[in-house]
Amino acid sequence: MSDKVLYVMYDDDEVLKHSAKKLVSKGVKISEVFSPFPIHGIDPIIGVKNTRLGIMAFLYGLIGLTLATIGMRYFMVVDWPMNIGGKPNFSYLENMLAFVPISFEFTVMCAAHGMAITYLLRNKTLPGMPAQNPDPRTTDDKFVMEIRLSENHSVTEAELDSMLQEIGYLELDKKEIK
Amino acid sequence: MQKEAAIREPLILGHKTYHDVTEDVCRPIEDKAPKMWYILFGIALVIGLYGVGSIMYLLGTGIGVWGLNKTIGWAWDITNFVWWVGIGHAGTLISAVLLLFRQKWRMAINRSAEAMTIFAVFMAGTFPLIHMGRLWVGYWVMPIPNQFGSLWVNFNSPLLWDVFAISTYLSVSLVFWYIGLIPDFATIRDRAKKPLAKKMYSILSFGWSGRAKHWNRFELVSLVLAGLATPLVFSVHSIVSFDFATSVIPGWHTTIFPPYFVAGAVFSGFAMVQTLLLIMRKAMGLEAYIHTKHVEYMNIVIMVTGSIVGTAYITELFISWYSGVEYESYAFINRATGPYWWAYWSMMTCNVISPQLMWIRRLRRSLLFTFFISIVVNIGMWFERYVIIVTSIHRDYIPAAWSMHFPSHIDIAVYLGTIGLFFVFFLLFARYFPVLALNEVKTILKGSGQSYKESPDYHKHH
Repeated sequence: MSDKVLYVMYDDDEVLKHSAKKLVSKGVKISEVFSPFPIHGIDPIIGVKNTRLGIMAFLYGLIGLTLATIGMRYFMVVDWPMNIGGKPNFSYLENMLAFVPISFEFTVMCAAHGMAITYLLRNKTLPGMPAQNPDPRTTDDKFVMEIRLSENHSVTEAELDSMLQEIGYLELDKKEIK
Repeated sequence: MQKEAAIREPLILGHKTYHDVTEDVCRPIEDKAPKMWYILFGIALVIGLYGVGSIMYLLGTGIGVWGLNKTIGWAWDITNFVWWVGIGHAGTLISAVLLLFRQKWRMAINRSAEAMTIFAVFMAGTFPLIHMGRLWVGYWVMPIPNQFGSLWVNFNSPLLWDVFAISTYLSVSLVFWYIGLIPDFATIRDRAKKPLAKKMYSILSFGWSGRAKHWNRFELVSLVLAGLATPLVFSVHSIVSFDFATSVIPGWHTTIFPPYFVAGAVFSGFAMVQTLLLIMRKAMGLEAYIHTKHVEYMNIVIMVTGSIVGTAYITELFISWYSGVEYESYAFINRATGPYWWAYWSMMTCNVISPQLMWIRRLRRSLLFTFFISIVVNIGMWFERYVIIVTSIHRDYIPAAWSMHFPSHIDIAVYLGTIGLFFVFFLLFARYFPVLALNEVKTILKGSGQSYKESPDYHKHH
């Protein structure tokens, strides 16, 4: 399906935010915003939902804690109860205090790495991947809104052009996607 | 956009635009390296290689080449280990704790402080590894099913806790650092003209896009990592202190160790950050981003943590007398008046007296004075570990076993070698990596930049 994409460029984050607000109020769907740094407050305007990676980090942490507990119980209590100074490890609970540091460290390790890997996979950013931004200047000082015609059936291209003309922009680039 | 009080000093001096920030940080990477860089790199490399050679010799011959003896079984090796781990504490503290407290001044210094952390932890990790003598069986510290039957590592031992603490700290710091680096690598990638540089930075930047959703995730991941790394920073040096505190040696068996070690680590880490950044800001022309106010903030941290360390020293001394345990009292009287009195008093001077000078505003805002004190603190914190470790064990219970520690040539070479390697890594970082979190700095430009703060519109409400 062929589609036309409009890349509307601005040189200021606040100006882009204003324009996005105006466009959205006129019923235009903005599919993406590319910026060199996070623009605070843009997400609710263009309808980006908050990420759930925090929940994932918590779950990874729980997995880490469980693994550490199972592992240390097996090594120190079940498989070979080490007798140190006549004080053998009869149960996990009796020996728990010595296991606190590693339980904590392993929880943090699993939470942090699990979340970081999920983050990279969800973003589709992995070593050697090609750059995904439409214009190399969006990692420097330019801010780009992406509007797809296929997602905006209520407005025609001409209407969109006049809207943008009225709101103002720095540069406008149109691309056909096949 | 966040506004701040007018009386707060701006964090970015001069009239900078977003593009200027990119230019200022990327220029040193894209330009040819100055001659001074090659000279420093050469010196660091030679010292580092000498250290590597000494390590080879040590591994080939055995740790008998160190100046250890049967009374003093731990000396420079573990001193250097704790010293480096301590230095490796400021970076993650700056990025994690200061992020949680929303301290914007961290943005100018967090990148290089974290790099310093990672390289310092590399150097720290070297010592326990080579101390094993047989480096190639280093993986035995991991609980791996093995051919020896039910033989597992001892999870009751603080030395094993340390293995987990240091490896978690190193890997989590590395990930935290790299996730922040990805967008900045993308900036360099999009500016690169030479094909090789473009290719390299393209690989390093993982194809970063700058999408709103990605920034949303980026900010959450940074926040959660900061939340995880904050207790981690405190736990790591607490566990390092357990290596000593859980033993029964007078002078080591001290419950005050964990908080005191953590404060000492932050103290020495910030001192090292000052040493490195005061040179770097000048050499790379970043005076507008890392200026007197940043140095002053760091000096305040040094003053506070230095005071905690000083209080801990005095508490320790008092408790050794108040406990009524003669071995404990002896350990401390011997520290101050015994054969290692010079080490004790250099530690006291460097760590207790020098940070108190930071109460004087003129001194803590003086760059030259800060540089001098940062070196003094680095020396003092090395002596602190040396005093704790060597003076506590050099007087054994039987006077016949009393001894002294004299470092061998290899002791000194390995220590200096790690300093050389540390600078090799740091200089490579300064040459090829964005030394400032440039995209994060752009987020505070309008709120904390000088030209914005001084403009008449700044205090109008939108």
